[in-house]
Amino acid sequence: MTAGSTISWDRVRKAGSKLTTPLHPDDYLRLINPLWTSRELRGRVEKVVKETEDAATLVIKPGWGWRWSHRPGQYIGIGVPVDGKFQWRSYSVSSPTKRRGHTIAITIRAMPEGLLSSHLVNGLAPGTIVRLAAPEGDFTLPDPPPARMLFLVGGSGVTPVMSMLRTLDRRGTMPEVVMHYSSPTPDRMIFRDELLALEKKHEGFTLHQLHTDTDGILDLGELDAICSDWRERETWACGPSPMLDAISAHFEAAGLEDRLHLERFTLELGGAGGEGGTLTFRNSGKQVEADGATTILEAGEEVGVGMPFGCRMGICHTCTLTLVSGTVRDLRSGDEFGQPNEPVQTCITAAVGDCTFDI
Amino acid sequence: MAISDVKEYTHLTAEDVEQLGRELDAIRAEVEESRSAADAAYINRLIRIQRGLAAAGRGAMLASAHAKGGRPALVAGTAMLGLAKILENMEIGHNVMHGQWDWMNDPEIHSSNWEWDTAQPAEQWKHSHNYIHHQFTNVLGHDNDIGYGVLRMAREQKWHPVHLGQPVYNALLAGLFQWGVALHDLDIERIRKLEKDPKEMKRQLRQILRKGRNQILKDYVVYPALSGKQWKSTLKANATANLTRNLWSYMIIFCGHFPDGALHFTEEELEDETRAEWYLRQMLGSANFEGGRTLHILSGSLGFQIEHHLFPDLPSNRYPEIAVKVRALCDKYDLPYTTGPLYRQYGQTLRTIMKLSLPNKMSSSDQPEPPTQPADRKRRSDDERQSRRAELGGWSRSPRERSHD
Ligand code: FES
Repeated sequence: MTAGSTISWDRVRKAGSKLTTPLHPDDYLRLINPLWTSRELRGRVEKVVKETEDAATLVIKPGWGWRWSHRPGQYIGIGVPVDGKFQWRSYSVSSPTKRRGHTIAITIRAMPEGLLSSHLVNGLAPGTIVRLAAPEGDFTLPDPPPARMLFLVGGSGVTPVMSMLRTLDRRGTMPEVVMHYSSPTPDRMIFRDELLALEKKHEGFTLHQLHTDTDGILDLGELDAICSDWRERETWACGPSPMLDAISAHFEAAGLEDRLHLERFTLELGGAGGEGGTLTFRNSGKQVEADGATTILEAGEEVGVGMPFGCRMGICHTCTLTLVSGTVRDLRSGDEFGQPNEPVQTCITAAVGDCTFDI
Repeated sequence: MAISDVKEYTHLTAEDVEQLGRELDAIRAEVEESRSAADAAYINRLIRIQRGLAAAGRGAMLASAHAKGGRPALVAGTAMLGLAKILENMEIGHNVMHGQWDWMNDPEIHSSNWEWDTAQPAEQWKHSHNYIHHQFTNVLGHDNDIGYGVLRMAREQKWHPVHLGQPVYNALLAGLFQWGVALHDLDIERIRKLEKDPKEMKRQLRQILRKGRNQILKDYVVYPALSGKQWKSTLKANATANLTRNLWSYMIIFCGHFPDGALHFTEEELEDETRAEWYLRQMLGSANFEGGRTLHILSGSLGFQIEHHLFPDLPSNRYPEIAVKVRALCDKYDLPYTTGPLYRQYGQTLRTIMKLSLPNKMSSSDQPEPPTQPADRKRRSDDERQSRRAELGGWSRSPRERSHD
């Protein structure tokens, strides 16, 4: 679609809204095809490809409004209905970048404690409509890529790197790349076959595998053996926290932290049982410490934020604000809310850890 | 009648009232916990049906304009559009804007950005209805829904000769209901008393004008224009659909708090009101009507007005099961549960409207006997009451409006 036709299409829809006000034409069009709407980014799961026992790739066809703009290494948000409620998570895009394409792919590993990830891997039927959030993250491949690169990945940390490698492969511009990949067993290595094929295909690509169940975890002292010139390379590392902690310590000790790009996949557990925290009101920049018994509304008022409110007893929903990050607890039911960008009622919730609000 | 008197009236001790409150909280918690994919499917299905009806209705009307012998299509189109508007306003718009579906975490079905197919801007409705009416239900001088600032609906409201015209005003209000509602949050009474902040008034008026203009353009200009030579019949059909919706919603809404069993309260009841007492006031101030599932869906589940007032933000499709429990509680605590067939509830309402067009001494009250009152407290009339509370909070500072208009 060229820019010109996009604009006129927008115009048509805008004119159409005279017929559908107060709704958008899209609200009707999506009844014909759920992807024909740009009010919200939506997508349809086309395929679920089993990668390993516990990992799968979801191939998603995005609806209108999706910009094919992701850079290799970025992640997207996906909102999936679980028992009637949309639950959000972020996953790296594993497909290569395309200016305009038909589908994007994300690869997910089920975590025993992750309600949503196991749902996605085991339970998502093709045809399911999901919500999408635009690509984000600066763990990306520069364009043009550096001549020599090192990837250090563990487990599902391979997914953003896969997008980079596929992009390089597709463009036919594979530079000197060394990739170290730790995984408990060969079976659990996501994309193992494809990586081995890439290694065959490209002169400059070297894959180093480590099976931590039998060989133990990566000893960074061996980095010199894996990649003798690592000090001169640009390095991308993604994987479990302990691994990344060790890597960043190692690079710092060598004074090379500038060459290291890190991506952490930590499950942010709701405040880890903590109570209260620092509230940040993003637009006014105001901050306040609140304990676990003070409502967000009261805390905000205390520092002079113009908090909307009505009944102050949880019935009118006037006080609803967007929780940008963090977790709050409903003081009545004890339920926690902490999805990214979730709207929450401030008059009946208190902070569980640090929170940021869009006001 | 302060809440303490209500307790006397209902033979409840303070502890009883608190216990009742805990039992109602438990009902709420139970429903909150059991909300599931089936509930989400309900609202999604309803929205699909409603939009399908609206599109089909408009389509049929246009087709009838451009084809010969389109009369049946025109009639069918009008009926479908009227039905769509009723569903949209009642079971969908009203309930979504109450936050009943916020738990789904779907921004397209969320109280914070839903806009409905009627003249009143959603933001103003959420203030006058969700907050003012639901918090101060049936409290004279606080709840503007008592007569919508047009009708005298309580004997405590002072009579004035102008009320003689009530039967006429009532008919006008019914026919023009969406416009009456549109002006609701402006709070005519405050404007008359010169208590309204002019800046706020201007902002609200602008919002109403813009919304109203879009609504009028759609039904009375754009679609008729698309019908070419038949523009007149399309215009009439749209007017009919709007009128049907107005009459229907007027009737349903008036049956919520004006049948004989529903009580009015005074501002003393608000003083130090506990959550449980608030529940009690909602129960005593609301009235249900009986009917089948279709009737309830068409009336936005407001036949369960009592349940709706106790739990305004629980999903409406759950009210029937909640009603069973609430009724059982009423039996247990020996509390009235006002309900009856729709014709009777509306009949009583109409009788009140007619009676109150006359001074009190010319008619008798149909409301239940007032509670035993402390001898030194007499109910105050309009003039003696302090002026209406109109907390705005940061209300007017959250201009989350839809982007396309
Ligand atoms: S202020 Fe009414 S729900 Fe929070």
